Amino acid sequence: MAIDKATVTKIARLARVRVADEEKEALAGELSNILTFIAQLDEVDTKGVAPMTSVIAQPLRRREDKVTDGGKPDDILANAPEKMAGFFAIPKVIE
Amino acid sequence: MTNLTDLTLAAARDGLRAKKFSAAELTRAYVDAMLAARPLNAFISETPVIAKRMADESDARIAKGEARPLEGLPLAIKDLFCTKGVRTTAASHILEPFTPTYESTVTSNLWRDGAVMLGKVNLDEFAMGSSNETSYFGPVENPWRKQGENKSRVPGGSSGGSAASVSGHFAIAATGTDTGGSIRQPAAFCGIVGIKPTYGRCSRFGIVAFASSLDQAGPMTRDVRDAAIMLQSMCGFDAKDSTSVDMPVPDFEKALTGNIKGLRVGIPEEYRVDGMPKEIEALWQKGADMLRAAGATIHPVKLPLTKYALPTYYIVAPAECSSNLARYDGVRFGLRKKADDLVGMYEGTRGEGFGREVRRRILIGTYVLSAGYYDAYYLKAQRVRALIAKDFNDAFQHVDVLLTPTAPSAAFARGEKTADPISMYLNDVFTVPASLAGLPGISVPAGLSGEGLPLGLQLIGRAYDEETVLRTAHVLEQAAAFKAQPEKWWNAA
Repeated sequence: MAIDKATVTKIARLARVRVADEEKEALAGELSNILTFIAQLDEVDTKGVAPMTSVIAQPLRRREDKVTDGGKPDDILANAPEKMAGFFAIPKVIE
Repeated sequence: MTNLTDLTLAAARDGLRAKKFSAAELTRAYVDAMLAARPLNAFISETPVIAKRMADESDARIAKGEARPLEGLPLAIKDLFCTKGVRTTAASHILEPFTPTYESTVTSNLWRDGAVMLGKVNLDEFAMGSSNETSYFGPVENPWRKQGENKSRVPGGSSGGSAASVSGHFAIAATGTDTGGSIRQPAAFCGIVGIKPTYGRCSRFGIVAFASSLDQAGPMTRDVRDAAIMLQSMCGFDAKDSTSVDMPVPDFEKALTGNIKGLRVGIPEEYRVDGMPKEIEALWQKGADMLRAAGATIHPVKLPLTKYALPTYYIVAPAECSSNLARYDGVRFGLRKKADDLVGMYEGTRGEGFGREVRRRILIGTYVLSAGYYDAYYLKAQRVRALIAKDFNDAFQHVDVLLTPTAPSAAFARGEKTADPISMYLNDVFTVPASLAGLPGISVPAGLSGEGLPLGLQLIGRAYDEETVLRTAHVLEQAAAFKAQPEKWWNAA
């Protein structure tokens, strides 16, 4: 399966990663090579094999449904690139 | 008196307790060594002031007879572990301004046990790479160089700064993380010991996530005993990690009995890959001979799906990476590239903040998870992964531990493999299978290449059987008697 420039544009958009137009051709080539490499898996017969969901044989633990941490608005906002009145600030999204 | 920085962690521990030197003296020696080693670019953040404060506290503890297991021992911390109040970058531009307000569980455990922080060490960006060349903060140099040459060699990756600082004696030991070989391969390239424990042994809480079903922390040390001691402190159940294993941590140092009589060692034939240098094949054979001489029995085993481990990994890891790295959006932490609208801000921030290899993996991951491709790629990979784990299970019905080379080559030159991502990925051919199966693996330095560069052998064990892995590694280490040291060329400058 080869990836072309249009596909790079599409997945870059899905991933919300800006890719400069002049980089797309080279990137399409690299990604196609990687896809060819992983296409080797088609040779493996996996009929009836359940996909691995956890590498360790243990069920996810449950805990009591109660608050165990919190009340640290200053810590949460400490690394915010922009904040305002105790909130994260972002560009305007509604007109 | 011998140079303090030439002592192993175990020897320094004993020296501190016997009051032959103080923690402050030991830390001073390491801070000086760390500053002198700046040409290697191993550290992203040096923390000498914190180191001094911690060392003084250690001396007070030792004076009161209250020394903890790692009291006064100066460590380098991979800059993927969140450290409260100390910048944590994951070697990425996107996290360049990030200072955590909390501490990772693994580093908390190390400080609880008395260790001293020297600083935060360099790595491949978000731990994605096998040569430490993808770091936003520049590549790390391997202390080792080809005999008679002064050209830079890569330290391996992603834990390249960790490996270089231990190998060059400017940290007594270091933390690493391993997703597909990022502890074991750099350990082999730098002539030190590195162990990735069973998935779930070390808490992932506070470690910047790459591929969560594979990421696992471990120690990188001068020898196997040091690895056992440090692993002891790093492991343990943590409710803050949903895949942390709730079982007792054995006494790893006690496992080093020196006795492997009757141990069954498996040699997986499929690891004899095309183009493997003769000297690595010879070293592998020598390793088997040494274990046999120590009383083990050697058995060929089959791991038929070995060749499919790398392609499986390059679906699973990028898929999880694209999901994990979705959090870097310029809103809550890290870099923000201003724009007039939200999508423009996301795309600009991520386009500028991530380096080439990280972007490549995010795009591959996004592709294999996208509508119409999920079953063909991701589900298929998870099925093959189940079969790879079964391969190991079958093999461990007949043997107790597996012996393989750690990497298919010695440390290569900088820039040698950056043009072709696949050739870089092939470095992890021997380490990725155990990662996919969640099994413990250790790399032990076992000899020098014809060019005078270190080569490592890997031992892989059953899940939660780090004790057998460490015991066997200890015997292999004694037999191989690897004593070579890199020349400290950076001190001459």
